[in-house]
Amino acid sequence: MNSKVQHFSEMTADGGTRSPYTAYDGWFAQQDNARLAKKSAEAEAFFRRSGITFNVYGQSDAEERLIPFDLVPRIISGREWTKLSRGIDQRVRAINAFLHDIYNRQEILRAGVVPTSLVAQNDAFLPEMMDFSPPGDVYTHIVGTDIVRTGEDDFFVLEDNARTPSGVSYMLENRETMLQMFPELFSKIKVQRVSDYPKQLRRSLEASAPAGCKGRPCVVVLTPGIHNSAYYEHSFLADQMGVELVEGHDLRIVDGHVAMRTTRGYKVIDVIYRRVDDEFLDPLTFNPSSMLGVPGIMDVYRAGNIAIANAPGTGVADDKAIYSYMPEIVEFYTGERAILKNVETYRCSEPDMLKYVLDNLADLVVKEVHGSGGYGMLVGPAASKKELAEFADKLRARPGNYIAQPTLSLSTVPIFTEAGLAPRHVDLRPFALVSPGGVDITPGGLTRVALTEGSLVVNSSQGGGTKDTWVLED
Amino acid sequence: MQLRISHTTRYNYDQPVVYALQKVRLRPVDDPMQTVVDWRVEIAGGTCETSYRDHYGNHVDLVSTTPGEAELSITASGTVDTQDTAGILGKRYGRAPLWHFKQATDLTAAGERVAALAETTREKRDTLQALHDVSADILRAAPYGFGKTDANSTAEDALALAQGVCQDHTHIMLAVARTIGLPARYVSGYLMMNDRVDQDASHAWTEVHVPDLGWVGFDVSNGVSPDERYVRLAVGRDARDAAPISGLRVGNADETLIVSLQVQQ
Repeated sequence: MNSKVQHFSEMTADGGTRSPYTAYDGWFAQQDNARLAKKSAEAEAFFRRSGITFNVYGQSDAEERLIPFDLVPRIISGREWTKLSRGIDQRVRAINAFLHDIYNRQEILRAGVVPTSLVAQNDAFLPEMMDFSPPGDVYTHIVGTDIVRTGEDDFFVLEDNARTPSGVSYMLENRETMLQMFPELFSKIKVQRVSDYPKQLRRSLEASAPAGCKGRPCVVVLTPGIHNSAYYEHSFLADQMGVELVEGHDLRIVDGHVAMRTTRGYKVIDVIYRRVDDEFLDPLTFNPSSMLGVPGIMDVYRAGNIAIANAPGTGVADDKAIYSYMPEIVEFYTGERAILKNVETYRCSEPDMLKYVLDNLADLVVKEVHGSGGYGMLVGPAASKKELAEFADKLRARPGNYIAQPTLSLSTVPIFTEAGLAPRHVDLRPFALVSPGGVDITPGGLTRVALTEGSLVVNSSQGGGTKDTWVLED
Repeated sequence: MQLRISHTTRYNYDQPVVYALQKVRLRPVDDPMQTVVDWRVEIAGGTCETSYRDHYGNHVDLVSTTPGEAELSITASGTVDTQDTAGILGKRYGRAPLWHFKQATDLTAAGERVAALAETTREKRDTLQALHDVSADILRAAPYGFGKTDANSTAEDALALAQGVCQDHTHIMLAVARTIGLPARYVSGYLMMNDRVDQDASHAWTEVHVPDLGWVGFDVSNGVSPDERYVRLAVGRDARDAAPISGLRVGNADETLIVSLQVQQ
């Protein structure tokens, strides 16, 4: 990486410690490195025991890997969090309004604010969702907004993750681990709790039940099964919420509802938190060869007899070309300026922008519009001449498939190494819960950290690790 | 014209069914071409689980087969008053936008043969006449006949096989219309053939969105635009969206399908 670029350090400023880190820094100075190294090894053992592993897609051996955990927390002041959470709240409301609009009246397309082609040619757009309002008009019950920081007051949204944000189990396990390893820290420093998340998730899902539901809504988590890379998270969340974890073959249509087999016959399900992708959700409506889904669930859904979280077809909002219009989308539906900034985005579908991108490829990050997880992207400054030339060919062949962004100077937070603290780049994924009653954002989230010195790629599939994220009670 | 319709679809399974679901699109709705006087859908060997309007406004009943049954029969019957509107349904729009009906599907993807048919319309100034002409060309290229195509044949398949039934003709017409940039949709329904009470099967035709007129029907198989002998049941981008019945079955049972349809004045 370009060593001339100054990165914002979240822990230190002007030779001193930034205020959110003062108390932690004071504690850290008194610690013995050998003891911390032992703690770090203990943390890994703790994670192994809990079974929190992760399959890396695209690796032939598909080994189960542990995402590395770093014991230095990422600390955010209460004041910083207030602004961040207001921005997330605004953005999440706008995304829900956008999804309802594009599947119904399409006013934003008629107004010419977002080009129709971006919706019409979007693979995640599901015609089966047109002319329909899901229970409570909620599309994205769970959102994980990826945020990066470049300065004291500079926060940018990198991705919205409205489809299936994963990683919340790491947020919870990371905190649990820190509480076990360093209980004294939490009595000294007042950190806002994240442990209520499962309870709030259940409450939020229950509040999203169809209007016709009587009594306490029955919530389940639908998993594709143990071979899925996020199976741990599916079973963890079901367990933490105290609801059943089910697979497609446990469910069928009974009396116009989706019901699960129990020892006492079939029980009606009101809300399904599904971690099965749209395409596989219903073989009667979508991919007929899917064995993972529930035949008829889309019919039951349209009849108003079940809530599906997140709603099918929400992936439209995750498209990176749609992302580039998010400031306009926020203004269109809320009438307010977007509180959180977007990263400047060049749409390669537009000839002027494509030219700019090709001319400046070595300085830019290029992403596929439908991609996620850091796959299929080019980090210009880290790429070889050959890689740049190959990517330029791909861009010329299918410009509409790509967007480009400037290489952001991501903030750093130190990680613990045997040689002491060393700065590494981080991002942040807070988790927002949406129900008809409003938006609830857990203070904190998942901090992902690029463990390689100088690297800007924080994705766990690309060698990133995680940190506990603290929001202070100040 | 008042049409009386009785349409029975019977699935016979060679062994009892474990679990089967059908999406049933057998309830006509009122429009400028038809008024439903009375209508019912009766099911034997199964249950209507739930009903709703789909994304095209079609009325759908979700039907499950009773476990252990070896036969499911679905009978739609009733009376519909129809009007001859010279094939014009007009400017009636649901929430599905016109651009949606310009998009090709697997069954209606254009290849060389569709492109060649579309090319013949290029010089013609009158869109309506061009569509009637190409409809006749399609029937010449793939004359009506059974045996060569099946339910999964594409528009290009039918042209290559030089034969088709109403579903194939409709898919070809859809592919041609979309190739020349016109929104087009599949219509499933009934047609009363004047010389008989017992009709061979339910019917399918195309609606193309023509500037100034709105939706206009073209029945390629019969070389006409729909008149008062037609009843519209469901629409969609292709047969998979608009088929009167589409289903899914769990287990090894093989099914045989018997359809009986009577349409009379």
